[in-house]
Amino acid sequence: MQVRPQAAFEWLWKSAGDVLDGPMRAIQSHIGAHRMAYVFLLPNLLVFGLFSFWPMLLNFYIAFTGGQSVILADRPLVGLDNFRELLACPSYLDPRTCGVAGYSFWTGLWNTLFFALVQVPLMIVVALATALILNRDIRARGFWRAVYFYPVMLSPVVVAVIWDWILKRRGILNATLEKAVETWNAITPTFLMMADYRAINWLIDARSGWPMFWVIFVYTWAHLGFYMLILLAGLQAIPRDLYEAAQMDGTSKSRQFWRITLPLLMPTMIVVLVLSLIRAFQVFDEVYVLTGGGPGQATKMMIQHIYESAFIGDAKRYGIAAASSVLVALLLMVLTFLQLAVTRKKAGN
Amino acid sequence: MGDVIRFLTRTRGRGRLHWSDWLTYAYLILSLLVVVLPIMWMFLSSVKSPAALVENDPRILPYTQLSVPSPTGGRDQNVFVHTRADGTTVDVAFVNPRGINARVYELGKPDTVFEVPRTSLARKEVVDPRWENYTEPTLGSTQSRTFNFLRYFWNSTFVTVMATLLTLIVNAMAGFALSKYKFRGRDAMALTIVATLLIPPTVILVPLFMTVSSLGMLNSLWGVIIPTIATPTGVFLLRQYMLTIPDELLEAARMDAASEWKIFWRIILPLALPALSVLAILSVMWRWNDFMWPLIVLTQSEVFTLQLGLSTFKGELNDNMHYLLAMTVLTLLPVTLVFVFLQKHITSGIANTGLK
Repeated sequence: MQVRPQAAFEWLWKSAGDVLDGPMRAIQSHIGAHRMAYVFLLPNLLVFGLFSFWPMLLNFYIAFTGGQSVILADRPLVGLDNFRELLACPSYLDPRTCGVAGYSFWTGLWNTLFFALVQVPLMIVVALATALILNRDIRARGFWRAVYFYPVMLSPVVVAVIWDWILKRRGILNATLEKAVETWNAITPTFLMMADYRAINWLIDARSGWPMFWVIFVYTWAHLGFYMLILLAGLQAIPRDLYEAAQMDGTSKSRQFWRITLPLLMPTMIVVLVLSLIRAFQVFDEVYVLTGGGPGQATKMMIQHIYESAFIGDAKRYGIAAASSVLVALLLMVLTFLQLAVTRKKAGN
Repeated sequence: MGDVIRFLTRTRGRGRLHWSDWLTYAYLILSLLVVVLPIMWMFLSSVKSPAALVENDPRILPYTQLSVPSPTGGRDQNVFVHTRADGTTVDVAFVNPRGINARVYELGKPDTVFEVPRTSLARKEVVDPRWENYTEPTLGSTQSRTFNFLRYFWNSTFVTVMATLLTLIVNAMAGFALSKYKFRGRDAMALTIVATLLIPPTVILVPLFMTVSSLGMLNSLWGVIIPTIATPTGVFLLRQYMLTIPDELLEAARMDAASEWKIFWRIILPLALPALSVLAILSVMWRWNDFMWPLIVLTQSEVFTLQLGLSTFKGELNDNMHYLLAMTVLTLLPVTLVFVFLQKHITSGIANTGLK
């Protein structure tokens, strides 16, 4: 007798349900059919409660405790000490004037702010341009959409390995640039010749801004497709007749863009802005694997500071990490409210 | 500026290509290079020999220098192409250097060793993909000490499969309760669950770690799986979908004395299959690629997932670049296969829900 895979799967599916049917039926006869809703909700609420809400409350408490123990009862209350250590800086703009924890915190904060303020506008502009291009009547649109989206599927570690391999001092990027300069010098007259190319240590050269540049580039490279896709969906939701009507009235293309495309795309743009900003403030994986926060502290981000305070080294400073988390949460909250306010104002218009 | 906008928004005219179409395709091809070349370069590099990787051979194909067994039983001798003074060439095997010259013999004639200037020698190379980069760490013949691929692969697969199954069931149950029952506090509960979206997982790292540690789940794969299975996005997605399933179906089943569980399992789940498959794809992607949470929970290498193993392996100073690249390719292969076969579902699922 031959077993069809589909039949086997159906049998498995049914019996899996039937195994649980007995106990569930018993509960139902006990509490009544309409209260079964609570039973269905229970696993979710348990997990949420235990691993989201409870930790959130716990975080506030841990922020006021010191010591190195993971057991709550063994953690002495230290009042505002953790916050004092993070915030007691003669000058916030120069983290070197702070204490050890403050140095790490403010370096991470400024780096993250810089990262977010450069990366988010860059990402939105490039994602919008790409979405507008893909919204044109081009051949093989599905293929192109897949190409841009593919990096989103890659894990941060894979992305970091790929780019680290390219950006090594003796990697392919330097080799290509060197070859390009060589070729240029070979075919151009003397007065246009360039100096010989000297390989740059893209991710290690501390004095240049290259490490931060590549961190921003690689992060944008990895996430662009996601935002492009959302914007493309927004563009495709704009009714075609609007453009046809504008065409009839002789409205210029640029006017159509400013008066039709952009206003109607605004809700999508705001979603993209909120998502990308919140994500940018939580950047960790790609950067941590690519540069480890280096050279020195040049690309050390906020979350890396929290992670390292709590989990790296001999001194596990859970209190400092939790206090930093509270400050980051406050920052994120302020940002979210600002965005909500902006959105509401826009919606009011 | 106006020109740029016009170029970006213009649709293709009839007849021949407008200049803006040229610009469009130029943009597409340029970005194709930026997106695809880095990934291609890793694929191509992953079959190169360790020597080629150490030298950072910039050529596309995996060239390896030919070598022949030494007639005296020593190390293999490299093969070079020797260009004679008259311009003819001959393949020679390299015996040893002597000053600026090299002592070589013509292949097949190991008895007549002669001296030639080293500048007249060019490596004799063949294209030879080195599949051992893939087979050695996986099949275990000369398994790298620090990279136990099969174990990491199994751990990753276990986490991904278990977490996805549990995510589907737990969130479908919650979505069912929130869409098909009227009970006190339902809306408040739905709101609370969606509000968890606002708690960034990154800012509860420390307390979550302590909770997981007090439950004894550190260095256990369940410590990675359990905290992630209740996703607000999943609940929301499934609830919205289940709202479209007509209540009459449920009523009819209740007439036939089906239990509520049976209704859920036999009617709701099969009907919600489209939404479930979107969530399944997303969950597989999330869990397979997850890095930060496993990094905190798992500290012993026996329980590492592939991502942790790779990042640790990358962080070590080693000359195992050939293994690292090959294992990176193997790590991205599963999501790539998922992507190739389910591309339409993934892109439309993400575009519709705005989730990643």
